[in-house]
Amino acid sequence: MEPRRIVTGTALPLDRSDVDTDQIIPAVWLKRVERTGFGAGLFAAWRDDPGFVLNQPHHRGAKILVAGTNFGTGSSREHAVWALEDYGFEAVVSPRFADIFRSNCTKVGLVPVQVDDLTGATLLQAVAADPTLVVTVDVAARTLSAPAVGIDVGFPLDDFTRHRLLEGLDDIDLTLGHADAIDAYERRRPSWLPTTAPA
Amino acid sequence: MTDQPRTLSDKVWDRHVVRTAPGEPDLLYVDLHLVHEVTSPQAFESLRLAGRALRRPDLTVATMDHNVPTTGLDRPVADPVSATQMATLARNCEEFGVRLHAMGQPGQGIVHIIGPEQGLTQPGMTIVCGDSHTSTHGALGALAFGIGTTEIEHVLATQTVPQSRPGTMAVSVEGELAAGVTAKDVILAVIGRIGTAGGVGSVVEYRGSAIRSLSVEGRMTVCNMSIEAGARAGMVAPDETTFDYLEGRLHAPKGAAWEAALEDWRTLVTDEGAVFDKEVVLDAAALRPHVSWGTNPGQVVPIDDVVPDPERLPDPGQRDAARRALAYMDLIAGTPMRDVAVDTVFVGSCTNSRIEDLRAAATVLEGRRVAPGMRALVVPGSFRVKAQAETEGLDRIFTEAGFEWRGAGCSMCLAMNPDKLSAGERCASTSNRNFEGRQGKGGRTHLVSPAVAAATAVAGHFATPADLEAVT
Repeated sequence: MEPRRIVTGTALPLDRSDVDTDQIIPAVWLKRVERTGFGAGLFAAWRDDPGFVLNQPHHRGAKILVAGTNFGTGSSREHAVWALEDYGFEAVVSPRFADIFRSNCTKVGLVPVQVDDLTGATLLQAVAADPTLVVTVDVAARTLSAPAVGIDVGFPLDDFTRHRLLEGLDDIDLTLGHADAIDAYERRRPSWLPTTAPA
Repeated sequence: MTDQPRTLSDKVWDRHVVRTAPGEPDLLYVDLHLVHEVTSPQAFESLRLAGRALRRPDLTVATMDHNVPTTGLDRPVADPVSATQMATLARNCEEFGVRLHAMGQPGQGIVHIIGPEQGLTQPGMTIVCGDSHTSTHGALGALAFGIGTTEIEHVLATQTVPQSRPGTMAVSVEGELAAGVTAKDVILAVIGRIGTAGGVGSVVEYRGSAIRSLSVEGRMTVCNMSIEAGARAGMVAPDETTFDYLEGRLHAPKGAAWEAALEDWRTLVTDEGAVFDKEVVLDAAALRPHVSWGTNPGQVVPIDDVVPDPERLPDPGQRDAARRALAYMDLIAGTPMRDVAVDTVFVGSCTNSRIEDLRAAATVLEGRRVAPGMRALVVPGSFRVKAQAETEGLDRIFTEAGFEWRGAGCSMCLAMNPDKLSAGERCASTSNRNFEGRQGKGGRTHLVSPAVAAATAVAGHFATPADLEAVT
């Protein structure tokens, strides 16, 4: 993945809680075998509504999605992250992320910015009121800031994930560096464990 | 450290750690990698582009399930995009040496049905799949969780997956379930209680006498929907019920290996004195059949209740979500759930498409007909389930009652194949997700047990099997 250090730009407010990955990218889009081009399907059903926030021209070009709590629930489809990224988002802000979605974000380079409920609500309002508000996510410093509205908070990101995002590291290369440990583990696995070979 | 009392999930975790380092996630060994056509093509492609080999094809197995049609299996797949995705899986399996249960083959079925059915899912294993309902396999005491496509590629290349250690959560269901209350009602009640984020960051261990009394298939229904409560995984400690289920299955250990495995499996229990990070207790006797009313699986009520009033919810976020859900579902607060008419019934999905589910629905349908105008379909989870049901004559009961008897797959759970709802249709579904548009754009999904689904098909509105007795 590409290194991700600082995301700065305007934000788009999605004032809904429990946004599931079926909404982020509906299943019909999952039939594709490619990894790109999913932006067109982002929130496909909701975009049918002309009043939906993604259809508002004044929010065009936003790099940061600000959503309600419990974002990315449901299906493990990484396509949800690909769709957000392909559309142009580089970070998502929410008071809570579903585990698999959060993990998928860090594998692709979309920064999951978890904030407290009050900061989340304040930012949602501020962005809705002023679509030109500049918001910055600093991966190295692990901070989210919007100086114009007095927001400057830290967000949780473990050291290892932070390092991977900053350097754009590939997990597989890192793990293959520990091939000896995998070999050793395999030698001590119990012999009764099944294989998938025809029985 | 091993002298300290530990929970079941920590025990399984500990025995799979390949490498641990301060500040880094643990590197976990994967005993079984399940693959299907939807989330794997990009992983195989990356592997190919990087020139990497598949480390353990013998611990990997693939099936086609999400896209497969459930009718006309002797004809080419009509949707060219679905056909391409399935052909891509076949080509990848051929190239990388992965065993594949392709459409039309006897071992084919939903990925989470065929693993346990073939005895590949065993206690104490780690199992991953690019599918959130991988939690199903925890019913046999495995640590099983869904992963994304980048992680799939990682497992293909290394047979390991980096994961941070999850928290532990106990959900205890104590007491005896009333007649007509099923595993599905237990898990819907659990999600209603703890919410769709109640399990975030945790592996849930289901415990208590009501869980112990469930069959392995019932436990699979419970563990399956752990993800709907946000949990990383769900587990039930293996016991005699588990061992009886496994013995003699295709890939289960045999002879001396069986004895060695049993000795090990008996140690897979949470130790006396082990402390969970979170604990929730439910009274089994108080549970009733449940129905979802909204657009997330936490929005459920007992079938005796009414559609809730959003304005009475304490939390403003929940209030707003409930208002939106009622608008989407076209429901009015205060309406008794039994007064809500449905036009479609779906019995199927990795939650409820095993033989016991089909038996439960067929028992209700025997000698009865679905309501006029009702579209009802039953989609067995695998071709083995289908064959078993046909041996027992269940297919005839279904078809005589007016149900369509279909081939195996995910089908209308997520509508990637031709089985879907049209806008405005309302479905009583034994599946796991009532999200907006999940079963087809504009479709409305209510989650129920197989018994309630069957009774509802007959009544034309939400009903329990006992309701049908009362009117005949």
